[in-house]
Amino acid sequence: MGQVREVDAAEITRAVRELCMEINYKVPEDMAAAIRRAREKEESPIGRQILDLLIRNQELAAQGEYPYCQDTGYTVVFIDVGQDVHIVGADLTDAINEGVRSGYRDAYLRASIVADPVFERRNTGDNTPAFIHTRIVPGDQIRIQVDAKGGGSENKGRHAMLKPSDGLEGVKSFVLRTVAEAGPDACPPGIIGVGIGGNFEYAAILAKRALMRKVGQPHPDPRVAELEAELFEKCNALGIGPQSLGGTQTVLAVHVETMATHIASLPVAVNIECHAHRTGTRVI
Amino acid sequence: MSVELLPDGRKRIRAPLSDEDVRQLQAGDVVLVSGVVYAARDAAHKRMIELLDAGEPLPFDPAGQIVYYVGPTPEKPGHVIGSAGPTTASRMDRYTPRLLELGVKGMIGKGGRGPTVREALKRHTAVYMAALGGGGALAALQIRAQRVIAFEDLGPEAVRELEVEDLPVWVVNDCEGRDFYEQAVAPWRKEELLPEEFRLGAPR
Repeated sequence: MGQVREVDAAEITRAVRELCMEINYKVPEDMAAAIRRAREKEESPIGRQILDLLIRNQELAAQGEYPYCQDTGYTVVFIDVGQDVHIVGADLTDAINEGVRSGYRDAYLRASIVADPVFERRNTGDNTPAFIHTRIVPGDQIRIQVDAKGGGSENKGRHAMLKPSDGLEGVKSFVLRTVAEAGPDACPPGIIGVGIGGNFEYAAILAKRALMRKVGQPHPDPRVAELEAELFEKCNALGIGPQSLGGTQTVLAVHVETMATHIASLPVAVNIECHAHRTGTRVI
Repeated sequence: MSVELLPDGRKRIRAPLSDEDVRQLQAGDVVLVSGVVYAARDAAHKRMIELLDAGEPLPFDPAGQIVYYVGPTPEKPGHVIGSAGPTTASRMDRYTPRLLELGVKGMIGKGGRGPTVREALKRHTAVYMAALGGGGALAALQIRAQRVIAFEDLGPEAVRELEVEDLPVWVVNDCEGRDFYEQAVAPWRKEELLPEEFRLGAPR
């Protein structure tokens, strides 16, 4: 048992603010490398042209004048709070939202969130609230990962409660169908996050967390890694290619996460990330 | 003439477009858009249709015009606009036929259109073009001026008059019913690697 460590909520606000301001201009190196690899492998001439444009777009955004994409996203915040941490000075949720608010304002990022989904749909004006996933973990640190998640690709995600008898083939078919139906709308080439197992809501969270892995890093379980490799090959066999103008590079990676589930169930969720993969991490 | 054929095979267009202009634009053409386009996305479309239902005019004269589905980021000091790439077009499908009836001739977005819009493009001699999805920083460099002309309270979704110079797009759906995505993807499908159920029909 460690001693309780006090962390000022202002430190959390600052970390979230800085991450929002950075990630919307500077694509993480693992994603930039994945795009470069795709450029080398792409067989279609128009696909290569598109990937060259995406690299130029990255370089231009990195200069800090224009965000990579005008959709600066839902702000998704994964926060792992060590159980020996005591947060002082403000409410944790408020601290995170304050970081989003000031980061989005000061970095000239778009406010893309409406306060309610079906009534007035009034823009909140500051991209809050953030979409926060909190875990209490061992230790005395706080790990914060922020993801600016584009709405266009988010819209193409799918969730299904399959039957156990559908098995692995049913899962593969569902993933492939989701990628095929997303087509150009999800701004390929991107990352496919797949959550298998858990219950209704855990499958979706697994899929989202799968996107947060370093791009192309295989799952440690060799059975899952093999499934990732097979899905990667099949998704790319669809021929969709960069921007769906035809090609061999439809997805940059498929990441799968799995979890225990019920004897009656086989939940599957697919969360698609576009080529504008914007994420970063801070540890306090 | 609002369509100019360039030596490298690309075409430069400038609104207003006539039926004759639209007929020169075919699925797969690379087009540079110059002149005025009107920025409008989800919430603006909903409001525009409400205006029409109330017998009011649109915020701009739609005859021959091009609508760009975009909600830009705020401009940094010294810049005309922020990042300004296209948003998913199919979300506007429900509103599009009404605007085509009123004479809108072109739309710029990303992603595919549904069968109703593709039919409406044929019926009204109009064209749907895609810009580089997620290429918001590059798109910003082609925009020379922006002016909010309606629904300012919608923030990024307000209707804007944009002046663009050589914004690169490709024709996806032309007025003869062709679909460039279908044409472009088919040769790259590796049928032998796909499960049985995926081997027939188009990917979308």
